[in-house]
This record gives sequence, structure tokens and C-alpha cells, in this order.
Amino acid sequence: MRHLLGLVVAAPLVAASAAVVLRHRVPWPRVFGFAAIGAQLVMAVLLVRATASGGVVALRVGDWPAPFAITLAADLFSALMLLVAAAMVAVCTAFAVARGDDHQAFFYPLVLVLSAGVAGAFVTADLFNLFVFFELMLIASYVLLTLGGRIGQLRAGTVYVSVNLLASTLFLIAVAVMYGVTGTVNMAALATEVSRSGAATFAGALLLVSFGMKASLVPVHGWLPVSYPQAPPSIAALFSGLLTKVGVYALFRVYSIVFAGEASFRPVLLVVAGATMLLGVFGAVGRDGMREILSFHIVSQVGYMIMGLGLFGTLGLAGGIFYVLHHIVVKTSLFLVAGAVESEEGTGVLDRLGGIALRRPWLAASFAVAAFSLAGLPPFSGFFAKLALVRAAVEDGAYAIAAVSILVSFFTLFSMLKIWNGVFWGEAPQASRERVRGARSLVAPAAVLAAASVVMGLAADRMLVLSRTAATVLMESRPYVEAVLGGAS
Amino acid sequence: MSGALVVAFLVAAGVYLVLQRGVVRLALGFVLLGHAANVLLVLSGGSARRGVPLADASRAPSADPLPQAFALTAIVIGFAMTAFLLALAYRARDVVGEDDVEIEEDSS
Repeated sequence: MRHLLGLVVAAPLVAASAAVVLRHRVPWPRVFGFAAIGAQLVMAVLLVRATASGGVVALRVGDWPAPFAITLAADLFSALMLLVAAAMVAVCTAFAVARGDDHQAFFYPLVLVLSAGVAGAFVTADLFNLFVFFELMLIASYVLLTLGGRIGQLRAGTVYVSVNLLASTLFLIAVAVMYGVTGTVNMAALATEVSRSGAATFAGALLLVSFGMKASLVPVHGWLPVSYPQAPPSIAALFSGLLTKVGVYALFRVYSIVFAGEASFRPVLLVVAGATMLLGVFGAVGRDGMREILSFHIVSQVGYMIMGLGLFGTLGLAGGIFYVLHHIVVKTSLFLVAGAVESEEGTGVLDRLGGIALRRPWLAASFAVAAFSLAGLPPFSGFFAKLALVRAAVEDGAYAIAAVSILVSFFTLFSMLKIWNGVFWGEAPQASRERVRGARSLVAPAAVLAAASVVMGLAADRMLVLSRTAATVLMESRPYVEAVLGGAS
Repeated sequence: MSGALVVAFLVAAGVYLVLQRGVVRLALGFVLLGHAANVLLVLSGGSARRGVPLADASRAPSADPLPQAFALTAIVIGFAMTAFLLALAYRARDVVGEDDVEIEEDSS
């Protein structure tokens, strides 16, 4: 079982190299791509099953002794993230096939490298390897974002690359300071160090700042809404589901394992979470393109996840984890709807669209389900995730953040209604009145994910049990530390 | 002390370049910032701080090799990033005519 941890990273990398070599032999890149993604899905399911009862799987590569080995480890939170991420890669690649995006020579190698980097970031137990996997993911994302080479993409790419490089440099500096002070970068070995010295706390705080930049927390969120709308639609959907969430995952992991939930950081996290929710949702109000609005909502939604982290109780963390999983599915679905609309109508600007609900009922239904889920209406998954968070906040006496989160839900709903009215309702503008060829394969990926949100809502008790187990493992942190450092596994 | 000064100088120069317009300057700025981080990494394993892990301690004092391996990895990654930024600048020159992508252009 523990060798799966290595394979889940290696499989897409091997397939990526094969796809580079055979990039001109038409079916092969696609075959390698889907084979590797499928293998990742299967391995993620196996890992979820192995960790579902609260266990931790760990692999020390090359059997070096504990703090020096490259250690890979997965608890339930990692395994669930792996599963959802692999599923999103599969769905977005299917969408890219439907749009013909995958004919770009290096499409499959880049997506596979991205997926390997994401998987690696989820299973590594070592800060330096986290850095390496982050870079692996980011370098692929830089190229995917700018693949077309249009001026808008170059502009977006410059902002995106410079902010992320700056965050990576901060990350590397933090790793260097951390190693200089403590002599290790193994997260489990660091578990007790941060509370001991001021310099280690400084390095840890630097880490949190750099992850915050990657997760697009306020006040370092500005790069996201300017860059995501410029990416090709299938790529934007992939980014919306995965990239910021890797930053969120790293925040969860480092704060709970390395900082052991240090109480003095919680007010800061909660303030940042509240500001992120509010500024993200208000930023969306003034936008007039589907993907611009949805991009600002990513920022706002990341606030909810950090709210769960800031509460740092079992219920709060469980709510945060449920929220991350739900958000990845729903947000990707919304971006896929936006991508399908743009592919068929040639624009994503609300004023130039209308009446799609009549022509494309399934697309409209997928959007409605995903949008209601995002806003947190029952019986969709978003409602239960938000309910858990708000309950945790009220139990904790954090009424302000609970109030903010409910207020932001209303604005989210308002924003989604704005898209609905602009795009799906009303009269179709003259220009797009002629019936456009609508492929079912463009709608299917978004519809599948919208259905997944409904299933997650109906099976909310099951999801909450899983999230609660994942949260308990994170909070206790001892099983993780023992699995990473201990001798047996 | 001298190490700290080198890092400080590199960071100052790197931040200055990153704040300039133009993708080439951005790339050079990140080269300097990356070097600052690498120097810091190597310093963190200096022989004044700690000896070699996993080897018998009777040898003559030598530096911890682990952060040097980190720095090597970081240099390779930094090289890839620099190459990408320069490719971006090259492409910008083709599209805009110079490497400043923020210049006014009505197509988007």
C-alpha cells in the first residue's frame, strides 16, 4: 500500500515523458494521458480506503533513517484531496478533448506534470519536497496559461508568474531559515520545534505567508482574478479546482502539524478569512464576464476554508475540509459551464449573452445546481459544508466570522443570479440568435460535476463522517508524526 | 556576517529589478532573488552550525551536505523559471514589439 504513494506521483511523470516522445503519433498522447489519470484515480481510491479509519500510510524512499529520508505520507485528508484532484483532472481533460484543446502538441505532458506536482504536494511530508512539487505544478501551469501566446495571456502570465515566483522565493527562504535553525525540514520532526524558538516561528510564519499568496488570500489575492479569465477554458477550469487548493492544503498541513494549531495565530487567520470572503465577493459585483465573476468567487470561497482552519476544532476543521472538497467540484463545474458557453457563443460577457436556458437546458441546469451549491442552498453540498462551519463558529463564540460567512452567502447568491439573468434568462441578443452547434460532450463534464455536488449533498452525513475523521487525524497530529518518523512502516 | 551582507545585497538588487517594467528585468530580478535564497540555503548548513549527519564524527569538520543538495535542486528549478520568463519576454517582443507587456494595446 505504501508504495502507492510513490506511484501516484511517478505514474503521471512517466506518462508525461512518453507523451512528449510520441507527441506527433496522434492517439498515443491521449492514451497515455487517460491511462495515467485513470491509474491515479484508482490509486487515490485505494489510499482513501486505506486511511478511512484514521490511519496514516508512510513511505521513506530508499529506506534512509527517519528525518533524512524523502518521506511521503498520506492521511485521510491527503487521500481525499488526491481523489478529488485526480477526478478534476480527468473531467477537465475530457472537456479539453470535447473542445479540441488537447491538439496542442504539449497539452498532455503539461497536464500530467501539473497533476504529478499536485499529487506530490498532497503526499509529501517534507517542506523541501513540498517546494519542489509546488514548482513542478507551477511551471506546468505557467506554460498552460500562456500556451496561446495572445497579448492578454502574456499580460496575465506575467502577473501570475511573478506573484507565484515571489511566493516560491519566500517559501525557499523560509525553508533555508527553518533548516538553519532546526536542522530538519521534515514536517513531523518539526512538529515540536516551532514553539521552541523565535526564529523557527518566524520561518513558519513566512511559510504561512507564502502559502497564503498561493491560496490567494486577501491582501495577496490580486493575481488570481486577472489571470484565470485569460487561460483557455479547459485550463481555467483545471486551475480553478486545483491550484489555490494546493496552497490551502499546505496551510492546513503546516498549521496543524508544524504549528500544532498554535492558538495565538487563530485571530489572524480568522481576520484574514473574513476579509478574503468579503473582498472576494465584493470584487465580483462589478465584473461583467462569467469567468471574471467566478474568479473573484474563488477568492471569496478560499476564505471559508481558512475560516475552518482558524476555528481549529474538530467540527471547524471538518467543515473546512468538507468545504474544500465541495468547492473543488462545484467551482470546476461552474468554470466548465462558462467554458462551454464561451465555446459556443464566442463570448463570456453577460451583456452579449442571453436566453441560453431555452436552447441548452442541460447546461443551464448544471449551472443552476452548481451555483445554488456554491451559494449554500439546501440540499446541495455547499449547504452542509457551510452549516458545519457556521455551527463550529457559533460553538466557539466567534459570532463575527459566522455573521460574515452568512452575509457573504447572500452576496454569492446575488452574483450567481446576475450570471443567470445575464446568460441563461431573457432574450438572446441578435448576433447569437442563429442556432449554434451545441455538442453534448461540452455539457457532459459540467453536468457530471453538478450531479456529484447533489450526491455529496444527499450523502452529507457520510461526507461529514469522513471529514471529521480527517480533521481528527489532523488535529491530533500524533499518528501522522509517528507514521513519518516511526520505524515500523 | 559576510554571508548575511551578500544575501541582503542580492535581495535589494532583486527587489529593485522585479519592481521595474519589462519582462527581462523581471527575469533578472528573480535570478538575483533566487540566488539570495540559494546562498541562504548553503549558509544554513555551514560548518559553524552543524556537522555532517549520518557519518562518523571523527572526520575533520565539514559542512552539512543536505542544504547544498537543496540549493542544487533550487538552482535547477530557478534555471527553468528563468528560461520560461525569457521565453515570455521573447514572445512579448513578437506580439507587442517590446518586452513591456503592460503597454497600451487595444487588442486583448
